[in-house]
Amino acid sequence: MSPLLAISDLSVTFVTERGQVQALDGVSLSLNAGETLAVVGESGSGKSVTALSILGLLGDSGSVSNGSIEFDGEDLTKVSVQRLREIRGNQIAFIFQEPMSSLNPVLTIGTQVAEPIWLHHKKSWSEAFEQAGELLQRVAIPDAVKRLEDYPHQFSGGMRQRVMIAMALACQPKLIIADEPTTALDVTVQAQILSLLKNLTKEANSSLILITHDLGVVARYADKVAVMYGGRVVETAYATELYKNPQHPYTEGLMASIPKLDGDPGSTLYTIEGQPPDLSNLPSGCSFNPRCPHAQDKCTMTKPTLAEVAPNHKRACFGYER
Amino acid sequence: MQAFIIRRLLAVIPTLLFTSVIVFASIRLIPGDVVDLMLAQNDISTGTDRAVIEAALGLDKPIYEQYFIWVANALQGDFGYSLWQNTPVAEQLAVTLPITFELGFLALIVALTVAIPIGIYSAMKQDTPGDYITRSFSLLMLAIPSFWLGTLVMVFPSVWWRWAPPLQYTPFFEDPLGNLAHMLVPAVLLGLSLSAVTMRMTRTMMLEVLRQDYIRTARAKGLHENLIIFRHALRNCLIPVVTLIGLQAPLLIGGAVILEQIFVVPGMGLMLLEAVFQRDYPVVTGVFLIVGVSILLINLMVDLTYGFLDPKVRH
Repeated sequence: MSPLLAISDLSVTFVTERGQVQALDGVSLSLNAGETLAVVGESGSGKSVTALSILGLLGDSGSVSNGSIEFDGEDLTKVSVQRLREIRGNQIAFIFQEPMSSLNPVLTIGTQVAEPIWLHHKKSWSEAFEQAGELLQRVAIPDAVKRLEDYPHQFSGGMRQRVMIAMALACQPKLIIADEPTTALDVTVQAQILSLLKNLTKEANSSLILITHDLGVVARYADKVAVMYGGRVVETAYATELYKNPQHPYTEGLMASIPKLDGDPGSTLYTIEGQPPDLSNLPSGCSFNPRCPHAQDKCTMTKPTLAEVAPNHKRACFGYER
Repeated sequence: MQAFIIRRLLAVIPTLLFTSVIVFASIRLIPGDVVDLMLAQNDISTGTDRAVIEAALGLDKPIYEQYFIWVANALQGDFGYSLWQNTPVAEQLAVTLPITFELGFLALIVALTVAIPIGIYSAMKQDTPGDYITRSFSLLMLAIPSFWLGTLVMVFPSVWWRWAPPLQYTPFFEDPLGNLAHMLVPAVLLGLSLSAVTMRMTRTMMLEVLRQDYIRTARAKGLHENLIIFRHALRNCLIPVVTLIGLQAPLLIGGAVILEQIFVVPGMGLMLLEAVFQRDYPVVTGVFLIVGVSILLINLMVDLTYGFLDPKVRH
């Protein structure tokens, strides 16, 4: 079976005032229908850029300089803008990080949720509104039908993110991309929103790309994981495998920095030394080498490529003795 | 919404009172009072006549008493009599006011039909030749005073093509086309000067709005760029533009006064100018009061427009 989404060797550059910045450098990912892939990494690791480039939403300053994004048999880096619009919101839907600012303040919730149905399924507004009401019910918004007439400022952050999920589900997309969907929310609602997202995508048999920096989230919700660092994928594996047997020193560091329930309450939390790299000035060789406890001479000279270390488990590291 | 309107209307009262004091006092502060002018014109130069005239015009009473009499009458719609023509000010206003309002209204329509589409165009074509041309044009319009442009329009076409803009005023209800033909040139000039700032504001706001997260959401839905502009961006972008238009309302009326003079439009402007020269207190105060009230009303309308544009204000 060919994967639903296969990103291979994707590079993205941004033109900034300080010159060109390579935000992604040869990223490869793949995802089968119905699977959940978590993309994990620090800020600036390229996880959001990867997500945005799938839908061609990089904006004016960013562009794909190399590689392909194969979705359902089409290379999204090569299709026309017109075709991309047909795919956006219809076959691939996006849930953004900021529920407070991602909804239009002057349009009713009903209009915004019904819009993709009106646009892609060519339904009348009244039919689309009816479906929007059902969608809001599915994301467990109380008094769903009544609330169609309300505006975003009348909803709390968690409720708005439910609206975003309803909007994403509107056209039963094959793929939903959620870019840190709970980062801006209270801890108490984070779990609710993620469970809701997971259950509804499962019901719809959609695939999900979950972008997060929270490894706890990954363990609970993801089938596969891709760990990103400095614009590259440094390790990919099934979630259970990755937890049992992390292979990249960066992944190990991330794991070690999660607080543990059975740990000594007085102990200091592990932190990875140093700062995330500056993309416009990446270290030579493996970009993790300045922070890596196992760095060797080789690591400062050559970039390691993503290679299989176990079945379905790849890492970009020259290896080290533990 | 009703409570909002009532609250806003109540807030108008103190502003209006303050305006009336300033209006009443300022014309009297100009050196050379009306009695001096009358005496000079009629070549009478004795002290006794002065007292007689003052008494006849009601100017012998203490100033605060004059003010209260004026306010009490104005509240009943009586703005007093012109000191020179002895006709009721209210009657004169009834004739001239609609003319100035027509000019201002036409200018506003010109300004909005020019500024908003061009502002949007300029934002959509940011940093292209089209954007540069429209932005330079708006800077030009901002820099050129409308009275100067008005004078040019009067002079050059007549020299070059023996054509001059029509200067014969006909009331709208007698001959709508003739009336519009006369009003068109001053309205366009006034509108263009107003459109300059509005256009730049529309452009800036549109660019700002297009960077917002909800526009990215709209793009992620697969909407065409035109729908994004008109359904998702425009209303958000117009909120500050409407504020700006409200702030420019006084400029609109001020500009109308000058252009009426150049294009011989018998509106409030001409009436006001004559009255100021003649120190015709009731006429000047009457005109200013009406202008003040209209500006307050325009700003009230601006606030009500917010309610329409921004659901946060409505609820």
